[in-house]
Amino acid sequence: MDPIYQSLAAIVDAEHVSDRPEELYIYSFDLGTAEPHRPDYVVSPVTAGQIQEIVRLANRENIPVVPLGGGMSLAGLAVPLKGGILLDLKRMDRIIEVNEKGRYAVLECGVSQGQLTSYLERHHPHLTHSEPGAPPAATIVGNVVIHGQGDLAQPYGFNSDMVNGLEVVLPTGEVCCFGSCAIGARWFTNHPLPDVGLFLGWCGTTGIITKLSIRLLPAKRIRGVGRFVVDDEELVPEIVYRLTHTQMAEDIIAFSSAIPPFASMLQHFTVNIAADSEKELEMKQEIIWDDTLGEYIQKGDGAYLGFTRALERPQISKTSDYKKGGGFEYVGSIMPIEKYPECYQKGREISERHDIPYTVTGRCIGAAHSMMFAWTYAFNRADPETIKGARNALHETDRLVLELGGVIWKPGTYGQKLVLERLDPNTRELMKKIKGLLDPKGIMNPGNWEIP
Amino acid sequence: MYELKFDPDLCLGCSTQACLAKCQYIEIDRETAQEEILKIARGEDSFVLHECATCYACEEYCTFGNHPFYLIAEKQEARGISPVPRPLIQRAVNIGIPFRGRPEIKEINSPVLNIGAFSELTHLIQGKLFEGIAAISTDERKMFHFFCQLMYLHYGRDSIIKERLPGIIETIAKYKPTEVICFHDECYGAYTSYSSAHGIDVPFKPVHFYEYLYNRLVELKDMIRPLNLKVAYQRPCSSRLSPDKHLFVGRIFDLIGAESVKREFVDENALCCAGAIEGQKREGSRKRAAMQQKRNIEDMQKAGAEVCVFNCPACFQTLGGMVARNGIKPVHMSDLCRLAIGETPEGWR
Repeated sequence: MDPIYQSLAAIVDAEHVSDRPEELYIYSFDLGTAEPHRPDYVVSPVTAGQIQEIVRLANRENIPVVPLGGGMSLAGLAVPLKGGILLDLKRMDRIIEVNEKGRYAVLECGVSQGQLTSYLERHHPHLTHSEPGAPPAATIVGNVVIHGQGDLAQPYGFNSDMVNGLEVVLPTGEVCCFGSCAIGARWFTNHPLPDVGLFLGWCGTTGIITKLSIRLLPAKRIRGVGRFVVDDEELVPEIVYRLTHTQMAEDIIAFSSAIPPFASMLQHFTVNIAADSEKELEMKQEIIWDDTLGEYIQKGDGAYLGFTRALERPQISKTSDYKKGGGFEYVGSIMPIEKYPECYQKGREISERHDIPYTVTGRCIGAAHSMMFAWTYAFNRADPETIKGARNALHETDRLVLELGGVIWKPGTYGQKLVLERLDPNTRELMKKIKGLLDPKGIMNPGNWEIP
Repeated sequence: MYELKFDPDLCLGCSTQACLAKCQYIEIDRETAQEEILKIARGEDSFVLHECATCYACEEYCTFGNHPFYLIAEKQEARGISPVPRPLIQRAVNIGIPFRGRPEIKEINSPVLNIGAFSELTHLIQGKLFEGIAAISTDERKMFHFFCQLMYLHYGRDSIIKERLPGIIETIAKYKPTEVICFHDECYGAYTSYSSAHGIDVPFKPVHFYEYLYNRLVELKDMIRPLNLKVAYQRPCSSRLSPDKHLFVGRIFDLIGAESVKREFVDENALCCAGAIEGQKREGSRKRAAMQQKRNIEDMQKAGAEVCVFNCPACFQTLGGMVARNGIKPVHMSDLCRLAIGETPEGWR
């Protein structure tokens, strides 16, 4: 029998390791357009100690290790490009602590967005977290590792800005803690110790996060979505600016899509508003719709579409079903909000060139400090030609992001190459040194963020 | 192009000018009302064109059947006076565009139930009341081929209706129905009142949903157990296009033992759900709509209503949550009827 398989089975037990082709196949692809690559082994550890043993084994044997959370990034970031051991972390799903008064939660790396949402609703109804538009199976750690954002991004920023502490298994097997937990204190802050932020944004190439403390935020009794629409994309930046000035929104998203037809050539806004009472809700609605956006309505340039109680998550995935085939992938970018009109116009052009109905979305991050702007391309999973077309559109969009002065968000390998080409040489050299220091044998998620 | 049959002489000879004088949203005396409706008929500007809440009620108030609301909507468009902001019009016009293939049509040669653009509500046409009747437009992907288009009256875009409605009628007619039961008042109004007023040919017999429900309940009379519920009815704007069918509301309530509470805002004096008002361009529209909804619900509460009964899915969407938060259970008429014959509608508690 394969000695590596035997070693892995000895670490996690035979039930939680596999080299069977049918199981390796499942882990060989994600839901986007990335080419599939099979791992050699799939392992599902349940403790940080097991992960330590696995990476030590991988170091000894020079085998790649690819950590996997919910597998929802779409950009191929957890596809094992060079084979090796795929670490499926979903069994590490304990919510270790929720500190109600300190508003934070300490979680294991396999805890999913849906799991935390449901746990908080049941046990801590006054607390919530910034839930991304990804399916509920996406993990909290996976989202933080890619600098994700959620439905509280407008007041609180990126989810990775809400990290209070980390426990990480380094590529060489040591366990390190960061933040207040590093000195044995509670996991309540990531400051003020010297900054060693070496793991966020690195997509699992510098270590495996096993525990995370994340800030929780006030959950108001009433949460809902107000909608607004304009027919001129040039108005979007100023409307977002005005909305953020009110400091009354939890989330501001602008979107446009060719399908369904109602959204075509129009810019829709969803503005999440929360309140503890009807009085507070009406006060916020009055300030947002009547005082702030009233002049657009009266001029006939903008229209209020009503307020619906209860939150709806962005449903970009639906666009994959409007044409035959059920596949979609998007390029995300972090972009100045003033670029919204160009992002929309050029995105439509790219979509039209590739015969894909256009879908674009911009989510405001912070007080209009930036937006996550995404261009989504649908394809037919059963038709290689449409997959190729979508991939070409994605690559063209990666280039567009950089031309417009934005930064590609969670880039796949093609986008990473473009970013590295433009990266300041000294910064690139520093990144290379850091990577070499942490992962001397280059076993962690190889093929991603590789600096020649 | 189809032309509205409107006769200004009927207005000249009218002694009440009820179309505008009874309007719940515009303060106007009888003399001014006559002047304004004639100005509108001549194609001149009128403050009525700017202030119209698009509640459809003047269609009912006009005892001559002269179609004042269709005239207002037509002239709003002709003069470029849209009641709602430009993007809302474009959005609405886009909504009705089918985009996921054509429906597969088979000849039925019997009565059909047309659920129009509400395919996601097929749970409202279940049970014994609908046994043996073929339903069309039950596929959400194809429902806009059955969309009656009358919604554009709220947007001052009458031309869209004239352009698209004949094609919708043609699609339905391909089923060769002996009669078409219209799930929504608006569809019934489109195939009766609106088509007739504009000379659009309808080659099938439209049947009002409530007339159908009433007749089915009569057939199932032995199964009815009185509900003993106090109910308020939220009359939709499009019910004003078929006031002769409104009597079936009372008949159904009587048959199923639902007590219609005594309200101020009822029948001819009903308040609309204010969904259309909320999106209008005039300053304060959102608040005006909210105030009207509050008055409406307070009136239901004051009258002791336990249940608010809806026909129109848009009214349900606009007011359903609000009435529920005020302790009144929202229910669609078909579900209320199902309760009366001992069935439990989906989600009923």
